[in-house]
Amino acid sequence: MSNFKAHIPTGPLSEKWTKHKNEINLVNPANKRNIDVIVVGTGLAGGSAAATLAELGYNVKTFCYQDSPRRAHSIAAQGGINAAKNYQGDGDSTYRLFYDTIKGGDYRSREGNVYRLAEVSANIIDQCVAQGVPFAREYGGLLDNRSFGGVLVSRTFYAKGQTGQQLLLGAYSAMNRQINRGKIQPFNRHEMLDLVIVDGKARGIIARDLVTGKIERHSAHAVVVASGGYGNVFYLSTNAMGSNVTAAWKIHKRGAYFANPCFTQIHPTCIPVSGDHQSKLTLMSESLRNDGRIWVPKKKEDAEAIRQGKLKPTELSEDERDYYLERRYPSFGNLVPRDVASRAAKERCDAGFGVNKTGEAVYLDFASAIMRYGKEQAAIEKIDNPSDAKIKELGKKAVENKYGNLFQMYEQIVDENPYETPMKIYPAVHYTMGGVWVDYNLQTTIPGCYAAGEANFSDHGANRLGASALMQGLADGYFVLPYTIGDYLADDIRTGKISTETPEFEEAEKNVRQRLEKLANNNGTKSVDHFHKRLGKIMWNKVGMSRNAQGLKEAISEIKELREEFWKDVRVPGDMDEMNQELEKAGRVADFLELGELFAKDALHREESCGGHFREEYQTEEGEAKRDDENFMYVAAWEYKGEPSEAVLHKENLDYENIEVKTRSYK
Amino acid sequence: MKLTLKIWRQKNASAKGAFKNYNVEDVDGDMSFLEMLDVLNADLIDKGEEPVEFDHDCREGICGSCNLQINGRPHGPKRHITTCQLHMRSFNDGDTIVIEPFRATAFPVIKDLVVDRSAFDRIQQAGGYISVNTSGNTIDANSIPVEKENADEAFNSATCIGCGACVAACVNASAMLFTSAKVSQFALLPQGEVEASRRVMNMVEQMDKEGFGGCSNTGACYIECPKDISLENIARINREYLKASVES
Repeated sequence: MSNFKAHIPTGPLSEKWTKHKNEINLVNPANKRNIDVIVVGTGLAGGSAAATLAELGYNVKTFCYQDSPRRAHSIAAQGGINAAKNYQGDGDSTYRLFYDTIKGGDYRSREGNVYRLAEVSANIIDQCVAQGVPFAREYGGLLDNRSFGGVLVSRTFYAKGQTGQQLLLGAYSAMNRQINRGKIQPFNRHEMLDLVIVDGKARGIIARDLVTGKIERHSAHAVVVASGGYGNVFYLSTNAMGSNVTAAWKIHKRGAYFANPCFTQIHPTCIPVSGDHQSKLTLMSESLRNDGRIWVPKKKEDAEAIRQGKLKPTELSEDERDYYLERRYPSFGNLVPRDVASRAAKERCDAGFGVNKTGEAVYLDFASAIMRYGKEQAAIEKIDNPSDAKIKELGKKAVENKYGNLFQMYEQIVDENPYETPMKIYPAVHYTMGGVWVDYNLQTTIPGCYAAGEANFSDHGANRLGASALMQGLADGYFVLPYTIGDYLADDIRTGKISTETPEFEEAEKNVRQRLEKLANNNGTKSVDHFHKRLGKIMWNKVGMSRNAQGLKEAISEIKELREEFWKDVRVPGDMDEMNQELEKAGRVADFLELGELFAKDALHREESCGGHFREEYQTEEGEAKRDDENFMYVAAWEYKGEPSEAVLHKENLDYENIEVKTRSYK
Repeated sequence: MKLTLKIWRQKNASAKGAFKNYNVEDVDGDMSFLEMLDVLNADLIDKGEEPVEFDHDCREGICGSCNLQINGRPHGPKRHITTCQLHMRSFNDGDTIVIEPFRATAFPVIKDLVVDRSAFDRIQQAGGYISVNTSGNTIDANSIPVEKENADEAFNSATCIGCGACVAACVNASAMLFTSAKVSQFALLPQGEVEASRRVMNMVEQMDKEGFGGCSNTGACYIECPKDISLENIARINREYLKASVES
């Protein structure tokens, strides 16, 4: 494919985006009326892109598998959204946000893209406040900020522990306004099952109506895929049950390169697995690390006793505890980036210091925060010589104000009171930095096909910093894609309506139908979940938090075998022409079974450790990730060739002109 | 523990539905309610029967997809949680549990426990927004100060997840709590003022058109709301509506 150029504008870093906006083609408002755009996925990226494209005058069709756009999984993001507003006057700037993001991503993302992200971040906050998003405020009426992992300033805007919900409902409201105007036609409970390419350009999709089972053709002048990440390839993750790679994988199979699939984020603060019945994992916001201290017992015997229920964590004195993040990383302490915190937890648990039945949990303790806040509050309330009990009471109240809903959620699931006993946490799959390869315009290697939000690979390199996913989703959707897509659509003003009665639509529809028929009539013996769980086990054990060549090779052949077994032996009850959730799942798991193999192949080829990708063979003596900039400072973009094992690697070299590439240190 | 489940089965919107009994064994107290249904479904698939369809997605109480009426109560016996957050430790060995979809004329059944809640979307489309276009030169966020109390109150109203428990709980199947939460969010913020009258009129009109019942202030909605959306929202929408009616 010839479309594999990043198209980063020339010129000084801080002027690239402005210059680019001034130079790209525009579509005149009267012509936008004649242009249709399909947006697949209605989370932060898709929802905001759809609304903005419609405001500009394009005719938009949105597709989501949920019953309403408001339920996309962006809704579950808790902690916050970064923006370089410098409202706190603590020295923040566009450059610092840019720098932190590049460093946080372990020097595996593009300077041009990341600078643009930092540049538009401030606009996002303005836009959301104008829409009525109720961010947290201070008593003076101005916006409040908090701090997140991997940075030294407070630039995170938040709405308690429901920031994603509030931002998504903002984008949803902007969509609703356009639906009301007739500019967006929403197709909810619909799933995209193929991309249609006509004369080398993306011209539509094949979708299945999940209520009636009807297979439909939809045409457009451009197709935007904003379908989220692929974390569910691990079966257990913090993603929603329905989150899937299908839309992204279908465009990959039609020619879009898939970049850095092995860059996956394992989030350090999730509720540990409780048993085999587990269907998903729940995240505890990273914001908790602002006040919670992470520890395990210093002595193995104590950890052992705790696992057997003979000892309580609260019975251990300060000097019997190992606050291992504070010990290993004194300058960032509990606020090291996610990949570093996750690996450190795994290291302690593997060494035998885990604190729950399975030995896979560490403590997140709020006792000192409660005392600290209690003392502050006592001083504010002018209470002389407050008793410990009074301090504790005041402190608990302060902690409740900040994290009440998270504590409540924890108690619901675990049945323990985190105000009284430390939380137990363990890392879980959370976010995928890898995704569909896109250029500076967010266009994939297929002309007219775009990818936005978590579905693309672009801005987070090998590790994403906390509160940056919401920023990127909304940056792509509100401020980047609606403009860059015009550059492409400017050539389409005379094209007219795209017909769906063409051989290309015919062929795509036939493909979709045959595959569904195969799944529905397979008459195998095992459920879809049976295969999904087995895939998840292979991924977690051999392609998870730490990887080695041997394990990856095994994973590749095991996934391939599992895929063959799936197609022979999966059982999907019910029919194609009705609501059939098992059939939906079967299609998604079939795609995960292909992606999983490419994922392991990518991890095997990248013979270095960087960000969320940790290869055991490449580490320093202290166990930190060892990058190989000489050989691997590139984006690995894979071209589909029929089987994942035959995927062809294309390299996009990364140039750092404005930042000195250094060893990432949080010590 | 062992349980007997009485589950509403209905082939499609036009078919007649009925309760069917199922037995599940090996239910663990740490399982969520939906994970218990996963166990049942795995068993049904093994036996070659059709699994029970139900809506669910995030399984952490925020997307608003899950919506089961459990023993006659939306989201089950515990307050302030969604179905997916309900754990089996709330039940006892030998219990019989009745599981139905949320019932309302405006929420027709699609299949089994899945209902159509698109009426909620249409209420939002009628006015649940502030008419502001996306642009890179919107005024600076801090040039619109908002009193902390109002911002917090607006946030509380905005935490509605649109699950429909309020409708299912109401004898009239009224959508007042749902509609009032959105009207309140914007009524409490200066950004919402400009369109306040149009918003409340249009949203209430759409709510009536969808076939939701009137509000008779029984408060059942607020008792069953998993997000603790306050009844004050209903008082506020009534004030807003009156104000808008007088103005027009």
